[in-house]
Amino acid sequence: MSALVLRDLALAFRSGGGFGLALAFFLIVTVLVPFGIGPESGRLALVAPGILWMGALLSCLLSLDRLFALDREDGTLELLATAPVPLEGVAAAKALAHWLTTGLPLTLAAPALGILLNLPAAGYWPIFVSLLIGTPALSLIGTFGAALTVGLKRGGLLLSLLVLPLYIPTLIFGAEVARRGAEGLAAGAALLLLGAITAGCLALAPLAAAAALRINMR
Amino acid sequence: MSLWSFANPAKFMKVTAPLVPALSGLSLLLLVIGLVWGFFFTPDDYRQGSTVKIFYLHVPAAMMAINAWGAMLLGSLIWLIRRHHVSALVAKAAAPVGVTMTLIALLTGAIWGQPMWGTWWAWDPRLTSFLILFLFYLGYMALWTAIDDPDTAADLTSILCLVGSVFAVLSRYAVNFWNQGLHQGASLSLDKEKNVADIFFYPVLVTMAGFVLLFLALVLVRTRTEIRLRRLHALQLRERMA
Repeated sequence: MSALVLRDLALAFRSGGGFGLALAFFLIVTVLVPFGIGPESGRLALVAPGILWMGALLSCLLSLDRLFALDREDGTLELLATAPVPLEGVAAAKALAHWLTTGLPLTLAAPALGILLNLPAAGYWPIFVSLLIGTPALSLIGTFGAALTVGLKRGGLLLSLLVLPLYIPTLIFGAEVARRGAEGLAAGAALLLLGAITAGCLALAPLAAAAALRINMR
Repeated sequence: MSLWSFANPAKFMKVTAPLVPALSGLSLLLLVIGLVWGFFFTPDDYRQGSTVKIFYLHVPAAMMAINAWGAMLLGSLIWLIRRHHVSALVAKAAAPVGVTMTLIALLTGAIWGQPMWGTWWAWDPRLTSFLILFLFYLGYMALWTAIDDPDTAADLTSILCLVGSVFAVLSRYAVNFWNQGLHQGASLSLDKEKNVADIFFYPVLVTMAGFVLLFLALVLVRTRTEIRLRRLHALQLRERMA
């Protein structure tokens, strides 16, 4: 399994497009926001936690359709299915690799992008912690969505339609932590619930993804 | 004879053929009785006036919007466990009916909300979770149409239905956490104290029964259409082979 993670990481690094793309997209979304709502710093500070969460969520979505599609095209997925590692393990490894190449860089970049949006000083730590805990859930749910649509020729748009509603609870709790933190309120309860969603996804999403992969490879 | 014998499509077609007109007729009768009773023979609410009468459409539609998803979940589970094609088709047939019910609940709610709350839409937990339910229905139906092979489509949509159910319930309670509500609490309750007054309660019971039968009739019609479509497809294939 670690070999699989390393392979995916190496592929993401060397193919160029995959790795930095999500980060660049996140940057562009953040830059576009002041054009859309105006440059007043008070207004930007108000929406900054929510925009950062939305941007991270959409950036996560960007690379999902490639998660299994390339492996299916060249037959790697069939080999992985017959490998000694169970398909659930493969799905978990894929999700981990996806998180390491998108979720983690997004988390690290979010506070820096917070400066652009005039995020209050109290908000840096909450946005970092909430993304750190919340983005694994996004990758795991996304892995399920990617497994569901792997057999489709134009699955990209459908993938967004399927995955975005599933992201709603994570977004609610994640943005709540960031917003409360930025306003100096207690965010412990929301953070615990966010952690609960990630833990639940960690336990169940690989099972669902593997089931979907098996059906798609019949 | 067990319940599972109805999983045979031929038997299903035979049994449901007389059921469809019976259910539709009964549903029409109950809806006419309930709506006429509700619209003309109940007093206006002392605060909301006559706008309260949309209640007789709003509440049953909202109830069926949720129950249709429940029917899809049940159909998906039976398909995944016992591989009865009819049950997968029932799940497929229930989705468009459910999404229509969700839309009716949202629209009647907006029409009711405009004079009462002064707004067509508010980001209230109940309203929001219905909008989310609507999105789940759209995703489910889109996945059905996107996949060519019928068995693969049935399998994948069933898994989506299971996962979606978990997240729909999760979203329902997450939005409570997120925003305070404008919508009133549940009007109907088994607890006599909390229930709406009897004079409003009996007509709404009649329209609810009407909506349940309407849902059953529509789902049966759609399922029968799906079975016929499959048969037609099989016949066409046989023709091409010969």
